[in-house]
Amino acid sequence: MKQIGIVVIRELQSTFDSLMAYIMIVAFMGFSGFFTWLYGSDVFFIGQVSLQAFFSIAYWTLFFFIPALTMKLVAEEKKTGTLEMLLTKPVTDWQVLWGKFLATLLLIVVALALTLPYYITVANLGKADHGAILAGYLALILMSATYISIGIFTSSLTNNQIVAFLLALLIGIFFHIIFGLLAGNLSGIPGSTFQYLSLSTHFESMSRGVIDSKDLIYFGSVILLGMVGAEAILAKRNID
Amino acid sequence: MDKITKTYGPQKAVDQLSFTVKTGEVLGFLGPNGAGKTTSMKAITCYLTPNEGDIFVGGVSVRDNPDEVKKHIGYLPENNPLYDDMPLIDYLKFAARLQGVSNDKLNQRIVEMVQICGLKNEKHKKIKELSKGYRQRVGLAQALIHDPEVLILDEPTSGLDPNQIVEIRDLIRTIGREKTVILSSHILAEVEATCDRILIINEGKIVADGTSEELRRNARGNEILRIGIEGAGGKSVYELLKRVPTVEIVKPMADNPKGFEIHSKKGEHSAKALFGLCVEQGWYLSQLTPVETKLEDVFRKVTIK
Repeated sequence: MKQIGIVVIRELQSTFDSLMAYIMIVAFMGFSGFFTWLYGSDVFFIGQVSLQAFFSIAYWTLFFFIPALTMKLVAEEKKTGTLEMLLTKPVTDWQVLWGKFLATLLLIVVALALTLPYYITVANLGKADHGAILAGYLALILMSATYISIGIFTSSLTNNQIVAFLLALLIGIFFHIIFGLLAGNLSGIPGSTFQYLSLSTHFESMSRGVIDSKDLIYFGSVILLGMVGAEAILAKRNID
Repeated sequence: MDKITKTYGPQKAVDQLSFTVKTGEVLGFLGPNGAGKTTSMKAITCYLTPNEGDIFVGGVSVRDNPDEVKKHIGYLPENNPLYDDMPLIDYLKFAARLQGVSNDKLNQRIVEMVQICGLKNEKHKKIKELSKGYRQRVGLAQALIHDPEVLILDEPTSGLDPNQIVEIRDLIRTIGREKTVILSSHILAEVEATCDRILIINEGKIVADGTSEELRRNARGNEILRIGIEGAGGKSVYELLKRVPTVEIVKPMADNPKGFEIHSKKGEHSAKALFGLCVEQGWYLSQLTPVETKLEDVFRKVTIK
């Protein structure tokens, strides 16, 4: 646990040192602020005291930003050889991967925390459903965690960051919309399977304020799958 | 290290390699490129697990307890990978924390490392701003930060300029007084200058083991002398030299008509007899030098088949 903490601190230091974090936060705030308050089906257009507008735009901005944050995590270390240096210290592959995961998740949480003024504003406009808003934030965090684990998995597959980025988007887009679209076109068991696999189903039900254990299990298992995959790829050096 | 084998696909990088390193010994690991030096080192540092066999560091197996082994090893990988965007001190702090250096000792250890490795004037820089020699020192500092008993250095001087090579070598020698050091290199002079014992491996197997003295003696076999003789006609000198009882072969030197290379018979020394012959014939010697077998020759002999 202590080792994970040390890795988290280093990762955060390096993201905040390299401007990466600030650019990501500013871009995230800019996009989501614009579409939440100024343009399209924004808060005033909907005319309801909810952050639904923000959640649906963050759903997309995070989808694109997260692979950009995760692409370097393992790929760069593999390329420069620092991974070897790191893994010969008393730290396991597993701890390194979770450290990187948590560091990225923390960055997202910071970005989301900075949208707190949105919540305060909306709450002052009328009677807000605090539970639903909280659930919406939780949904965003879980969704982010899912894409981070997918991103770490693709980053561990290659030493090329661009390949890692594109692969993460490719895998991500299936969860993001394609499974949902397939579910709409199919009926019966395949339809409901895709319905369950689609991240948007779980995200939407949660961002409306319903926290179902089914959704939590879904997010948890995709996260675990991604991380186990990444660990397996790293451990592969010992197999062949 | 006990009979370890590591294969990459069908290729055996290390084949049933076994050796022991004593505490306080500086072991030089020599071999041509692709001989399995780096693979062996990666196995000792628990980065790779061997397919067969086991490695014990201070009695602890790398298979059963890699985390414990890692605590006792400091490793400087080939090409010295470092986090370029980190400030030097932060990087050392990170390495120390991972190695479990306690917080109250942390700053003291870093100050010590900066001093030992001569990083004082560079300590406020980021790693990417450092020159190659200083990067190497940072690499050593991070390997030494937790005061490990065993230090493993993979080609520590590659890519450095001659002054830096001397500095790093001195540093390694200083460190080597208290620690067990395993150092790989393909620069023979370096290994000869820094190591107590040399291990030459080729194609994953040990082909020579011993001090540089021992290796040379084994490889040399017969004594070889180079002599230059003045004050005599060419042909008769050759004939007379051949008749000296301890001499096996006489080779005229190509570049010097008055020079010869004398190979003695096994276990014999010819210098005295040759000197006697010269006195008897009224010649005088312009040169009499024993030919030293260089480590290069030993190396070539055992690694080329």
